[in-house]
Amino acid sequence: MNSSALTLMVVTMLTVTSITLYFFWLVLKTPPKQEPDSYVDNDDELR
Amino acid sequence: MSSLKKDSWGSRVGLILAMAGNAVGLGNFLRFPVQAVENGGGAFIIPYLVCFLLMGIPLLWIEWSTGRLGGKHGHHSTPFILDTMDKRKFWKYLGVFGIFTNIAVAAYYCYIESWTMAYVYHSIAGTFDSMKQSEVAAFFGSYIDIGHSTTGIPYEAIIFYILCLLLNTFILSRGLAGVEKAAKIGMPLLIIFGIFLAFKGLTLGTSGATAEHPDANAFEGLNFLWTPQYDSLTNPKVWLAAAGQIFFTLSVGMGTIQCYASYVRSKDDIALNAVSAGFMNEFVEVVLGSLIVIPIAAGYLGVDWLKENAGFGMAFQTMPYLFEQWGPALSVIAGVMWFGLLFFAGITSSLAMGTPWMGFMRDEFKWDQNKGAWSFGLITLIMGLPTVIYFQQGVFDEYDYWAGTVSLVVFALAETILFAWIFGMNKGWKEINQGGDIKIPSVYRFIIKWVTPLLLLFVFIGSLVTPLNNDWIGAIQNGWVLDNSSIIKQLTNAGLKEQIAAATDPAVIKTLEEKLHYSLIARFMLVALFAGISWLVYVAYQKRIKEGRIKL
Repeated sequence: MNSSALTLMVVTMLTVTSITLYFFWLVLKTPPKQEPDSYVDNDDELR
Repeated sequence: MSSLKKDSWGSRVGLILAMAGNAVGLGNFLRFPVQAVENGGGAFIIPYLVCFLLMGIPLLWIEWSTGRLGGKHGHHSTPFILDTMDKRKFWKYLGVFGIFTNIAVAAYYCYIESWTMAYVYHSIAGTFDSMKQSEVAAFFGSYIDIGHSTTGIPYEAIIFYILCLLLNTFILSRGLAGVEKAAKIGMPLLIIFGIFLAFKGLTLGTSGATAEHPDANAFEGLNFLWTPQYDSLTNPKVWLAAAGQIFFTLSVGMGTIQCYASYVRSKDDIALNAVSAGFMNEFVEVVLGSLIVIPIAAGYLGVDWLKENAGFGMAFQTMPYLFEQWGPALSVIAGVMWFGLLFFAGITSSLAMGTPWMGFMRDEFKWDQNKGAWSFGLITLIMGLPTVIYFQQGVFDEYDYWAGTVSLVVFALAETILFAWIFGMNKGWKEINQGGDIKIPSVYRFIIKWVTPLLLLFVFIGSLVTPLNNDWIGAIQNGWVLDNSSIIKQLTNAGLKEQIAAATDPAVIKTLEEKLHYSLIARFMLVALFAGISWLVYVAYQKRIKEGRIKL
């Protein structure tokens, strides 16, 4: 591979992979919001 | 309102995997690398990522937030979700696109999905053993010719299609829990299979070179894909292709994201969830999608072959032959992984397509998930059988163009204008940020109001009046002549009519006239479907008035 193709490929793949992992890690580490009632019953649903 | 048990997502990871599964489709592996090769090689990634940030992410936020807003009012499909945002009557009929597109796309998409099922079977059965490349390519032709059987089962293409539809319907009949379970199984397997095949693609090197293809080299394939041609960045065609790819890869403009998000509580985050699911799709597309088909094909057949043959058909017409070069055991494993990966990419998307119809029928007519799922399966079968039986007559392509391409752009443009300009950015911004686990940069307020609608308008106008041979610079300099792929020319079937006028062989003329005939039938079916759903929305609206749920 030529150096410009290799550089672009590696930089792009590392960037996309890192951001994907970072956001997914944020999702996993964020604690669920505490609610007084159960998750199944949407307490905020307007009926 | 409803005595039916309310559905909800079992876990946040399940929701993200289901959303990512909805976005990840066959196009991630087959469309993206081809688009990159045809539009500036490595430089394509620049407009592609710019469009992802300026159009893709904003559209995800718009659709997630409108879905959650609708869910708060008990709506789980776009007709009445849009109605929540503006009381003018026509919005609910525009929202019909969010059910119509899904049924019409599922009708033909399940057919491709059924090919992947059939090819998993053929990989295990050893059908491709010692076949030449031309024989593998011809096998695909035999498979889609429904009068011909490759397994001994009569009408096998139809049988596999019905099996695929039955599987989708069965999972849908289990409700959101079924969809979530399928995503939790399918997405990790898809990524594992993808990583295995990408590793093989990366390490193939020149080991696949033969006397017939002495220059075969996997790295040359990657070189071909990633070498940047920076001058291409000034060509509007490249930007239009990048915007189009982002648009289709994220499954925006369909109504599925709104439907999934309508089951998220209003206190829960959507800002982080949306970017997480969006980037997961990008990982599959940019990282895995570029490391499988192109390097493996170049590793055995060479870059020159790739330049002439890169396209969607490679998945079924070439890959089984290439896997055969890995020996008897590994070829079976690779075949199962490749077609299994495509199957999981397909089914996680087609399941999403069933949920807006089910949500609508439950909200408005109190249909339970069983009735909703099986009615979806039946309508999809009625709509889909012509795409299977008359595949070669162009019914499939007609559905793909009008429902799978044009409808998406029209609906996304309309919902963006509604969100940013009619519902208003003050309320819209509040909706997006409500319960957010990340702080969205405030520049996105400007982007959602101005840049995203303009980019969508660019995509729409670009498709409406595509210049001859997609040569934008030539059209600007020498006068605008429409290409036959433009919406205006497609509407009049100009390309087919030109071919009929130019043909001299009576057999060819007959085939082309048949195609024209079937294209009209396909359009009639699509219009009938849209009209039917619009009628249901009208009935639901009248019912709401009668029940006092809407005040006039």
